[in-house]
Amino acid sequence: MLRWRHGDGLYRGLLWVLGAAVPLLFVALLARLVGAALPALRRFGVGFLLGHTWDPVAGQFGGLPFLVGTVASSLLALLLAVPLAIGLALFLTELAPRWLATPVAFCAELLAAVPSVVYGLWGLFVLVPWLRIHVQEPLAASLGDVVPLVRGPAYGVSLFSAGVLLAIMIVPYIAAVAREVLAAVPTAQREAALALGATRWETAWKVAMPYALPGLFGAVMLGLGRALGETMAVTMVIGNRPEIPVSLFQPAYTLASVLANEFAEATDDLHLAALMEIGLLLLLLTLVVNVVARLLVWRVARRWRAA
Amino acid sequence: MRPRRWIALAAVAAVAACGGEPPRAPGALRQESQGSGAVELTGAGSTFMYPLFARWFAAYAEHHPVRVNYQSIGSGGGIRQFLEGTVDFGATDVPLSDAERARAPGALVLPVVAGSVAITYNLPQIKAPLRLDGPTLAAIFLGVIRRWDDPRLRALNPGLALPARDILVVHRTDGSGTTAVFTAYLSQQSPEWRQRVGQGTSVRWPVGLGAKGNEGVTNGVRQTEGAVGYVEQIYARQNRLPMAEIRNRAGEFVAPSREAVEAALATVDVPANGDLRLSLLDRPGQGVYPIAAFTFLLARQHMDDCRKAKALVEVFLWALTDGDALARELGYAPLGPALDRAVQARLRSITCGPQRQPTLSTR
Repeated sequence: MLRWRHGDGLYRGLLWVLGAAVPLLFVALLARLVGAALPALRRFGVGFLLGHTWDPVAGQFGGLPFLVGTVASSLLALLLAVPLAIGLALFLTELAPRWLATPVAFCAELLAAVPSVVYGLWGLFVLVPWLRIHVQEPLAASLGDVVPLVRGPAYGVSLFSAGVLLAIMIVPYIAAVAREVLAAVPTAQREAALALGATRWETAWKVAMPYALPGLFGAVMLGLGRALGETMAVTMVIGNRPEIPVSLFQPAYTLASVLANEFAEATDDLHLAALMEIGLLLLLLTLVVNVVARLLVWRVARRWRAA
Repeated sequence: MRPRRWIALAAVAAVAACGGEPPRAPGALRQESQGSGAVELTGAGSTFMYPLFARWFAAYAEHHPVRVNYQSIGSGGGIRQFLEGTVDFGATDVPLSDAERARAPGALVLPVVAGSVAITYNLPQIKAPLRLDGPTLAAIFLGVIRRWDDPRLRALNPGLALPARDILVVHRTDGSGTTAVFTAYLSQQSPEWRQRVGQGTSVRWPVGLGAKGNEGVTNGVRQTEGAVGYVEQIYARQNRLPMAEIRNRAGEFVAPSREAVEAALATVDVPANGDLRLSLLDRPGQGVYPIAAFTFLLARQHMDDCRKAKALVEVFLWALTDGDALARELGYAPLGPALDRAVQARLRSITCGPQRQPTLSTR
């Protein structure tokens, strides 16, 4: 008995240490980032969040264009990827015969394993020229004068290209998780709906989807998280211009990209501190997105349990 | 600056695979079998230097028990690691500033080889090389000259039918020595550039698209008619990109090449104050390509570990003499006799150990 109690205490202690390690790591990371960013935080204050200028030579640093570029490219990616991924997941779980579903699901998961630098190179050499000739130039020529969002000139590399490439990259993630979630919907739910005379579409859309909604949110957030932090592929196709774009076809810049681009060659202390602050901003952005996502999932889940 | 990695890999592989050119010294095998006795040197910095370093160190290690671990993390990272003392030597395309030098009192900044920056463009209908001068180049990258049929461009290229097209500027977006050299040249050539933009590894570009690496700039230029960009000369030559001829101080239009950089090197005098942080920009003289620069080795005047110090001095003395042929083969321009002597004297002056004895006198 004595030895058992002893073992329990040890086990509990070990788990406490392991459990505390992750939050501690996060706090340490945050502290280190803030410490390294301190010169920039002191110098620019809140102005860093609102500043438009990024001039390493003059020592003027503002992070707004990067923040806007990150959020805009990720949202654009979600806009394109979510319908596609959820549709794919629905097809695989509700409609596709097994001989088709398995290989298609496998292919989608295979896409998730491709390294992002490969996506980046493919994006730069294949996707960007194709988008420019077949999407951007025709759109800019026809609607460009009326809709500022698609105004030219279309260089190829742009916010738009980054969004499309990111969408392609996150579809497998969202689809894989969404498929698992939809597959977990109890068969009894579907059978009940079908027994009441619902069509397959109604079963999928009005029964399976709502049941799986919290999980689907989680899938989307996973994709968003990946899109926000993606560095290599985005850098290659976004055009890397630290200005807030008015048109989708203009170049932009993201937080992760400027870090990757300038960190290795930054020797000036203030420049380094500003880059650290960019890192801090990226960390906080992902934190905010995750917290908001959690709250959303929680609210939606509660409403469904109540209903 | 970052020439492609595979060249370096191929070079290393070739050296490792055939190694046939100089027959192996009888002692070589014995030395290799004593692998644990090999001296390990660590270095970090310039990606531009990486292909040459990889080749030099591999060739040197064939006959000497010295292993050099060089990490091509970029000049900025190289300077930082060197100042923090985490590496034995650094390599940078941008010489240490006075402030940085003050932080490392015993630092030696020694030129090793030189390279140049090429201006590449996409004008399919132009057959002869485009001709440019410094102020015009600055005006293009400032966005003052926006079209190819601008009178100033036409005046420089009377024989060419320049198209009525917009100019698209493509620049490096990753901090790089190539950018530092190019913006230093533009700052020297144009007061407006100096005032509005300045020089550095990353600057605030008035116009244009940012692309990652030499390969990104090249691709950006290739994909858009009317585009212009700058890349490292060795990279441009290997990929057969069209390269503009730039007007030098003698009034000639010169294309970038190793020979044109060597012409610039021949005009450099060793300064009396011994500061070897030299500039190769716009040197006066015949056949000189104006956008050229040194790459520098960062070493310490005094090292505690005599084995390491000796290995370091000997590696670089070898590189600056026997290594010249390898450098030329890869497109880098060796320093030339006068500078070589100055750098070698400086290397020989490195001391080591508690008695601060001259390194080469130790065993």
